[in-house]
Amino acid sequence: MVNIPSTIRLSFRALRVNKMRSMLTMLGIIIGVGAVIAMLAVGTGARRRIADQISSMGSNLIMVLSGASTSGGRRLGAGTQPTLSLTDSEAILKEATSVQDVAPSLSGVGQIVFGNQNWSTGVTGTTPSILDVRDWRLSSGRTFNADDVKGANKVCLVGQTVVDNLFGDIDPVGQIIRINKIPFAIVGVLEAKGQSPNGQDQDDTIIVPVTTAQKKLFGTAFPGMIRLIMVKAGSIEDLARAEREITDILRQRHRLGPGQDNDFTVRNLTQMLQATEQSTKVMTLLLGAIASVSLVVGGIGIMNIMLVSVTERTREIGIRMAVGAKTWDIRLQFLIEALLLSLIGGVIGILAGITVSKVLSSIAGWSIIVSASSILLSFGFSGMVGIFFGYYPAYKASLLDPIDALRYE
Amino acid sequence: MTLLEARNISKTYAFGEAEVRALCPTSLKIEAGEFIAIMGPSGSGKSTLMNILGCLDKPTAGEYLLGGVDVSSLSRDECAEIRNKRIGFVFQGFNLLPRTSALENVELPLLYDGISAVERKDKALAALRKVGLEGREQHHSNQMSGGQQQRVAIARALVNNAPIILADEPTGNLDTKTSAEIMDLFVKLNTESGITVILVTHEPDIAAYSRRVIRFLDGCIVSDEVTKISKDKQAGQRQAAHSFSTDP
Repeated sequence: MVNIPSTIRLSFRALRVNKMRSMLTMLGIIIGVGAVIAMLAVGTGARRRIADQISSMGSNLIMVLSGASTSGGRRLGAGTQPTLSLTDSEAILKEATSVQDVAPSLSGVGQIVFGNQNWSTGVTGTTPSILDVRDWRLSSGRTFNADDVKGANKVCLVGQTVVDNLFGDIDPVGQIIRINKIPFAIVGVLEAKGQSPNGQDQDDTIIVPVTTAQKKLFGTAFPGMIRLIMVKAGSIEDLARAEREITDILRQRHRLGPGQDNDFTVRNLTQMLQATEQSTKVMTLLLGAIASVSLVVGGIGIMNIMLVSVTERTREIGIRMAVGAKTWDIRLQFLIEALLLSLIGGVIGILAGITVSKVLSSIAGWSIIVSASSILLSFGFSGMVGIFFGYYPAYKASLLDPIDALRYE
Repeated sequence: MTLLEARNISKTYAFGEAEVRALCPTSLKIEAGEFIAIMGPSGSGKSTLMNILGCLDKPTAGEYLLGGVDVSSLSRDECAEIRNKRIGFVFQGFNLLPRTSALENVELPLLYDGISAVERKDKALAALRKVGLEGREQHHSNQMSGGQQQRVAIARALVNNAPIILADEPTGNLDTKTSAEIMDLFVKLNTESGITVILVTHEPDIAAYSRRVIRFLDGCIVSDEVTKISKDKQAGQRQAAHSFSTDP
């Protein structure tokens, strides 16, 4: 029968006797665990940040872009030939069963004037369903409605960056601004969304009814044409099917024969999300693996010190054996000592890792996430390192011959 | 009652091809309550015999019975248990744990016997009182004289009520006066508590405290004589029971 509490007390005392040595030995584990925690935190933080950015553009989003192809050497107009129409957009919503909502879009740049302030920003003509498709909400006011679209009314929604630049403390809802000299009434303010994955400020935007954009802002050569249709699929699983359906509908509507290339492009944001998520996951694993190498090196340090300790305390082991310590009494004593070294090192390492993560996060300016699982993982791992590298010295100690051990000087 | 019985035990060490005989085949009986001195020059086999009697080592051949049980066939852990419960060791160099109080040193055998902390302390304090170290429970070995350290070691040997004390040159590191005090303590434990004391020494003065002297030379017993008749009434019987044989 082994007396565990007494053994733990004993081990604590043995570690205290050689404070400096114990601390240096623990340092290996502290650095290892700290590195694992910090690296996993950086990796998780990066992953979360990218995922947030991508989903801020709207989840389950498919982009259908117009005029991106040339067929048989025939040039399709002047570079950006709009091949999509509002009716294409309506057809997709009606006919594609896996599509939840669509937002046709025609965008350009406008010079905005309010009072004595002016600002240049992207202006997007679309339908109210943009808010659903892009998972966007209003922070104040209302959205424009189907009647505004039908009547090509001069109303708009403004992004937070535009508000910051033009209005200061004034409530923008109800104010009149001029876009390319045409007056528009602001009916709502969009909630701040932050940066897109490619670094664009998504809040630097103005949204107007698509018909207004077509007829009044950007008079196009082909009336009724749009450049982009944003499609929201019912779910991530529906994305592939939605893409197929959209392609079929548009080919049919554009009367493209079997040999002809698409005169539009379908892009899937979730694919992008998954790809980036995959690569950051690999990066996190890689960082974690590199960090755990230092944990293993720390473990070897423990083994080294425990072997020295067993040799130094050979006589003590002999005395203990003479008064009746059994094989496992001795083995556990040294094993617990190694385990204490690695677990105390682990706890300090976790605190160090969290601190480093906090510092990194304030330097990098993005959130770094210390997950509970990474703490459990590295704590468990340091315990395993302690047992793995502590076992051999403990085993060696427990098999000493008591007579030789007692004679050891 | 026969406490220890060795039947033709011998010990040889192999150094490559050469064999060194540390102990001739030896037979020996020791009764409960005896006080025995084992004498002989260094390398004469007395320490080898002590190690075997103390279950620290095993004979190469022969049987060693402790309380009627053949110990030579027991496992490592079973031997550890016998050392824990039935044998108390006292060494020339005291062999106390460094940086550890007298009390904790004395508690050590109880720790390996699975005894609760409270009971451990009670028993250890009682053992320290018995060897006259009251009030020094918290002293560490480096704060005590050699005689005091040896008393702590004796308390440690007593604490688990072991019926046998094996003392290997217990006064080797002590001056004459302290040696006498320690020997008086052994005599007291032997006569008052009936503990069997077996001590190794090469000083005739120390051996004089015993009642039976076994002499060794070159691994063999050369003499085994009763030097003093105990006041004990059974002394006569015990004397008759003494037997030895050596196989040269």
